[in-house]
Amino acid sequence: MGAVDWLIIGLYLAFVLAIGVIAARRSASGADFFLAGRSIPAWVAGLAFISANLGATEVIGMGASGAKYGIATAHFYWIGAIPAMVFIGVFMMPFYYGSKARSVPEYLRMRFDEKTRALNAITFAIITVISSGVSMYALAKLIQALHVFDAPFAAVGLPTAWIFHASVLASAAVVLAYIYMGGLRGAIYNEVLQFFLIVAGFAPLVWIGLRIVGGWHGLATSLGPSYVHAWAGMGSPSTNRLGVGVFGLVMGLGFVLSFGYWCTDFLVVQRAMAADSMAAARRTPLIAAGVKTFVPFLVILPGLIAMALTAAPAVTPPTAGAAHQTAAVIPLKLDSTTGKPMLNASGKPELDYDLATPNLLLRDLPTGLLGVGLTALLASFMSGMAGNVTAFNTVFTYDIYQAYIRRRAEDRHYLHVGRLMTAVGVVASIAAAYLAAQFNNIMDLIQLLFAFVNAPVFATFLLGMFWKRATGHGAFTGLVAGTLAAALHHGLTLPAGEAAGVKGGWISLVHAYPSEMAQNFWTAIWAWSVCFAVTIAVSLATRPRPQDELAGLVYSLTPRVEDAAARWWTRPVTLGVVVLAVTLALNIIFR
Amino acid sequence: MLLDLRLPLGLLFVAIGVLVTAEGLIAGPAAVAAGLPIDLIWGLGMAAFGAAAVALALVARRTLR
Repeated sequence: MGAVDWLIIGLYLAFVLAIGVIAARRSASGADFFLAGRSIPAWVAGLAFISANLGATEVIGMGASGAKYGIATAHFYWIGAIPAMVFIGVFMMPFYYGSKARSVPEYLRMRFDEKTRALNAITFAIITVISSGVSMYALAKLIQALHVFDAPFAAVGLPTAWIFHASVLASAAVVLAYIYMGGLRGAIYNEVLQFFLIVAGFAPLVWIGLRIVGGWHGLATSLGPSYVHAWAGMGSPSTNRLGVGVFGLVMGLGFVLSFGYWCTDFLVVQRAMAADSMAAARRTPLIAAGVKTFVPFLVILPGLIAMALTAAPAVTPPTAGAAHQTAAVIPLKLDSTTGKPMLNASGKPELDYDLATPNLLLRDLPTGLLGVGLTALLASFMSGMAGNVTAFNTVFTYDIYQAYIRRRAEDRHYLHVGRLMTAVGVVASIAAAYLAAQFNNIMDLIQLLFAFVNAPVFATFLLGMFWKRATGHGAFTGLVAGTLAAALHHGLTLPAGEAAGVKGGWISLVHAYPSEMAQNFWTAIWAWSVCFAVTIAVSLATRPRPQDELAGLVYSLTPRVEDAAARWWTRPVTLGVVVLAVTLALNIIFR
Repeated sequence: MLLDLRLPLGLLFVAIGVLVTAEGLIAGPAAVAAGLPIDLIWGLGMAAFGAAAVALALVARRTLR
């Protein structure tokens, strides 16, 4: 790294903190701090919606999955995100925004009851802290891998292992500073800035990488057809790299996990709820979906390129930068205790896929652009962390503290609690970062968490919004049963070649899946199905709420939002159809 | 909205774009990747994008007045 790279990173940090200071000028009330005063235009909310999700799981995790599974990883976008984002924009936002709920758990209280809200709020608070910790872990691991701090640490006599600790603390301090000052508004403004930086940093990496490997044709030649076709071999789990069949993919990822995350996770929904009007709130996820369609080319392709260069390390970049190496881009995964290469179930050395994208950056970007690329990585980590922390402070303050600890205090008091919870959330995230260090692939951990918590939640929302007969007792019992079903399924199954324990099979081994991803998808399917069935059964056995109390909360009892005043091409349905058509076209092109 | 985001976004991109362009000019062959003077190309692109964002923000501010 050269001086100019450090200067670019320093400039970025200065702008991030300055935006926090500017946003702080309008964070004098709870509504400002937690909801950005519901004053954000659609395009800003839309880019924040996507950027809050564009954290470590996208940049490092999707690059790693691209290297491991190939272009089929794009299913996480084209099947596992876009349809759900269109659905929330067209059908669900009128309930979230129109109900004036301040959070997703608060909507559950309005629609169902207090206990359902409490269960959702507590599980959500835990999952956001863990997700934030995963972002921190990924950042710290990246900085360790870059070895940029090795010399300064050695100079002052500190072991290089402390670089991980210093990285976690430094990233946490920056995010804490700008959220503490500017609240949700500070986070959203910075997320937009971070989105553009991520594009600016990764687009040239893809461009250069493709030129080095000989374009898409070169990728296909060096990696083989299984890497460059998204739908090839999907008829059976044993004939594709994901180890998942079509039903598991479409139902598990495309319906349960995807809709469970994009339609109910307050981390992303909060951005749309901060929009300045109902029309803007509905357009927010649709704008995000339009952009999200093309994100795979930024974050997955670097993984494929890194894999191609690892499979054929003799391909050297025609550059003269000092940092460039001719070794394989993806290194072997080493056991942290013995330092020896780790072996997979078939006895072959495992690759450290999480380093695919960072190592490609170091290898192929010259000084100057390397600073932009590293800034893009920093930006993605911070946007991911900030999204989780802002969602955590809001849910804790409104849905736990105000609901159960101190009900009737002044707005100023809750503002102080929100700021305090920002600090608490960051500290808890640091603890979670060390937990994440125990797992092999970040995406696997995230998928497991979603399967346990998010999958049953979507069944609750689906029934709550579209079936007026659903009751609070039904929703609560369904959620508990769904989560227990997820745990039971996980405890009875195991991915092939894995030992019983954290990967599953901790009760008994009833079924072995071809891959961890297949196990996660099916855990989600079981959780959703059990929640859906139990909610219906218990609702039918309990007394429903009067219909007049459900107006604005249930589809059949809510007047349709009138789109006639808007120009036809700005209406949510039109935007949704266009985005789905583009997504379909991409699936056909990369089939 | 409290702040027209195009202004800080544009200023940051102009600043970074100028730095990357300057590095491309100074480093010469060391800033070439895959046969492309990538620092120069991308730096100029970032600076142009940033300048456009700043210009749009200033025009919007003048219109509001």
